[in-house]
Amino acid sequence: MTAAPPPSRAARAVRPVAVVAGNRTPFAKAGGRYAQASAKDLLVAAVDGLVARTGLAGERLGEVVAGAVLKHSRDLNLTREAVLSTALDPATPAYDVSRACATGLETAVLLAGKIALGQVEAGIAGGADSASDAPVAVDEGLRRVLLALNRARTPGARLKALAGLRPGQVVPEFPRNAEARTGLSMGEHAARTAAHWGVSRQAQDELALASHRNLAAAYERGFFDDLLTPYLGLRRDALLRPDTTAEKLAALEPVFGRDLEVPATMTAGNSTPLTDGAAAVLLSTDEWAAERGLDVLAHLVDAQTAAVDHVHRGEGLLTAPVHAVPVLLRRNGLTLDDLDLVEVHEAFASTVLATLAAWEDEEFCRERLGLDGPLGTVDRARLNVAGSSLATGHPFAATGARILATTAKLLAERGGGRALISICAAGGQGIVALVEA
Amino acid sequence: MELPRDPYGDLVRSGPGAAAARRLGLPVPARLRRYAPGQELLTGPALVLRVGAAPLAADVAAWLAAAGARVLDDLDAAGGERLGAVVVDASAARRVPDLARLRELLAPAFRCTAHGGRVLVLGAVPAEAGVPGAGPDGEPGEGFGEGFGDVEGRSVQQALDGLVRTLGKEARGGTTVNLLRVAAGAGAALRSPLEFLLSARAAFVSGQPLLVGPAPAPPPARGRRVVVVTGAARGIGAAIAEVAARDGAHVVCADVAAAGEQLARVANRVRGSALPLDVTAEGAPRALAEHLRRRFGGADAVVHNAGVTRDRSFVNLDESAWDTVLGVNLAAPLRLTAELLRTDGALAPGARFVCLSSINGLAGAKGQANYAASKAGLVGLVQALAEPLARRGMAANAVAPGFIETPMTAAMPPLPREVGRRASSLQQGGLPVDVAEVVAWLASPGAAGVDGQVLRVDGQHLTGA
Ligand SMILES: NC(=O)c1ccc[n+]([C@@H]2O[C@H](COP(=O)([O-])OP(=O)(O)OC[C@H]3O[C@@H](n4cnc5c(N)ncnc54)[C@H](O)[C@@H]3O)[C@@H](O)[C@H]2O)c1
Repeated sequence: MTAAPPPSRAARAVRPVAVVAGNRTPFAKAGGRYAQASAKDLLVAAVDGLVARTGLAGERLGEVVAGAVLKHSRDLNLTREAVLSTALDPATPAYDVSRACATGLETAVLLAGKIALGQVEAGIAGGADSASDAPVAVDEGLRRVLLALNRARTPGARLKALAGLRPGQVVPEFPRNAEARTGLSMGEHAARTAAHWGVSRQAQDELALASHRNLAAAYERGFFDDLLTPYLGLRRDALLRPDTTAEKLAALEPVFGRDLEVPATMTAGNSTPLTDGAAAVLLSTDEWAAERGLDVLAHLVDAQTAAVDHVHRGEGLLTAPVHAVPVLLRRNGLTLDDLDLVEVHEAFASTVLATLAAWEDEEFCRERLGLDGPLGTVDRARLNVAGSSLATGHPFAATGARILATTAKLLAERGGGRALISICAAGGQGIVALVEA
Repeated sequence: MELPRDPYGDLVRSGPGAAAARRLGLPVPARLRRYAPGQELLTGPALVLRVGAAPLAADVAAWLAAAGARVLDDLDAAGGERLGAVVVDASAARRVPDLARLRELLAPAFRCTAHGGRVLVLGAVPAEAGVPGAGPDGEPGEGFGEGFGDVEGRSVQQALDGLVRTLGKEARGGTTVNLLRVAAGAGAALRSPLEFLLSARAAFVSGQPLLVGPAPAPPPARGRRVVVVTGAARGIGAAIAEVAARDGAHVVCADVAAAGEQLARVANRVRGSALPLDVTAEGAPRALAEHLRRRFGGADAVVHNAGVTRDRSFVNLDESAWDTVLGVNLAAPLRLTAELLRTDGALAPGARFVCLSSINGLAGAKGQANYAASKAGLVGLVQALAEPLARRGMAANAVAPGFIETPMTAAMPPLPREVGRRASSLQQGGLPVDVAEVVAWLASPGAAGVDGQVLRVDGQHLTGA
């Protein structure tokens, strides 16, 4: 093959970024089927399934970008180490990214940027998380003792270091799903936002029910046959309850917001539990895909991040996408009505409902989002039509890639259209993206 | 893949076990020589024997020499060295005394074959031999009057069949004996089948007749060949994928979505691609045809390997066990093939189909009415397709595996399993790779002259042999 002469710098235009294929493991509840699998194992499985489906074994890609939220210190180079265990050419470069629950979509946005700028022709983005295999830290005091012990050169110095040990230090610290600055769990934060927007228990249960029904229906029609590869004997998301009912959901005890003035509404049924799993998407230029006979599902057109101040200004922890979406839509000259599909990550049913409520609220939109009036109403028939995190579960870093692949295929299936993806994340952050086919 | 063990075979092949087996007259299965890249075609010199005019012998000798074999035309020239192959050109034999000549030439050589040797008899197509004057000597048949044709010529050619099947049973040391029936005008199309049957790739093919005819004009060369294998996630399908990839093809590995984990592993190992496809699904034919057209600009070969069993005696077979087996094994290959042929661009010029039949389909098997019917149906499928496909430069063939060491046969009860293994001339079960080698060859352009055939890969199993 003779290389074409490099184009002059000025001639290098921004190129469209194709979403070519996606693959994920089925998701499992923490401590379930994947209890013995590490985040790396899961990532390898997701990437290998994608490589197999697209026939890329032995190929060198421009970049593999992925991450994990719950990360061991040994996984410093998680993605690169994973690549070395996949069927890809070991000379495929890779790097890790972390943006809490936004990781999976952030990796795609970063990779898309490289592709658009002509730095990469094709790559894989994704993420994996194992809540089962989460890193366990030691007490800060014990950590200092151990580090001192490691530095000590003489037996005497070692003894001296050990003398710093205190009984309380040997209790390990398990990672908690808690905000660093507020100490509140994510569910408690979400409960406060739900209370603020007056999101009802019934509305949350209805959304959860729709998520399970939509996901089950998508499985039934074989929608996931080319989006998912079974792993360790699991063929579908273990959390999916195709036969759940409004009555069953209504019978669950609330678990968050029990100390608030208003009745608690958030249950295990309308909140996502800790989940294990991994997801990956293949992005490339149109030409790269065409050369391999691979069909393009959709294009990743634009993305926007935002953050809120949940610490000082009391903004809802998971409401950053509420702010990011109007910016993204305005930049692209669009309104909510121009969207054929809307994918809002279901961290909690109440998060989705609070987000929709905020966009419908004239005062909030004027004062907080700087709009002339309400952003608008999301047509429920276009929302999370193949189910979302309440039914699939939510392995933090994998969710973005799961949603991107699902969305791209939904668009391809309907023969074109425009979709919005919205994902909230810990630390008061959020990422949203526009996908078109 | 973890293969079932053959403890009996291991025992009687070594040390004290071997001595005991000899004394007791127990079968001692030979270790079969199997293909490895770069391997010599034969393990010793090739003796080419001529019965009568032997019009093929000169080409055969030249091809074997080109393949690196030392070619002899006289047993004495071997100087006591064991023969890697004996090829007898009996294609011109038409009279009973020709068979006597064949015996006279072959018997001393048959004794001298090497371990894993090959005996290959080249015959004519019996129906063609029955045409008066079709033989190279141009003489009409004797004894019968007008309108009978060369009854003796046809009889003599059919006699080769019984002879070869018997020699297969008498051969020792992993030596195989086969009959290649060469149709008029086959010409160079004979070369690949000849080399294939003589090679270690055909280790588990013995006592079989195979017909080779003229090859259609070769299609224009494309890039890497694309071979589709259904049921590729495990067993024989996975082995086919591996052999086809070894021979340079991109293998589209298809299997049900539920087998996706294994399928991905196979696809990545062979650097092919994984296609989740339930061959019985309503949309499967369309999906496969579109995938092949858009992704590859057409497949060069399609292997219908996906298969299932639901064993029950005929009277106890319920509708679901019947429909499942007939659906996967027969209806699906029929629908897929029809759709691929109907869809412009789904098949490359010269495309070849290979169906996985079974010796139980040829002979019937207790408790397998559904399975045997489906597998016999596939024989009808390739026979019906043979001519219409030949007109398009394409072909369809079937292989009928015998007892193959797979997880399926490992699950059999011990006694029937042991009987199944030993009840063949090679006295052992075949390996998935043995079937895969034959399938991959039939799927290759080399087999262009082979169409509408059913080739058993069963070590000459006693079932329906
Ligand atoms: N093993 C033997 O001894 C033997 C003997 C004779 C013939 N055969 C034939 O060889 C073929 C392969 O046999 P094997 O022993 O490897 O079987 P196997 O059961 O190990 O593998 C069969 C594969 O086909 C797949 N399959 C089943 N239904 C399918 C469907 N609807 N769509 C797509 N894929 C489907 C399965 O998932 C599996 O991966 C079969 O057709 C079988 O009948 C096998």
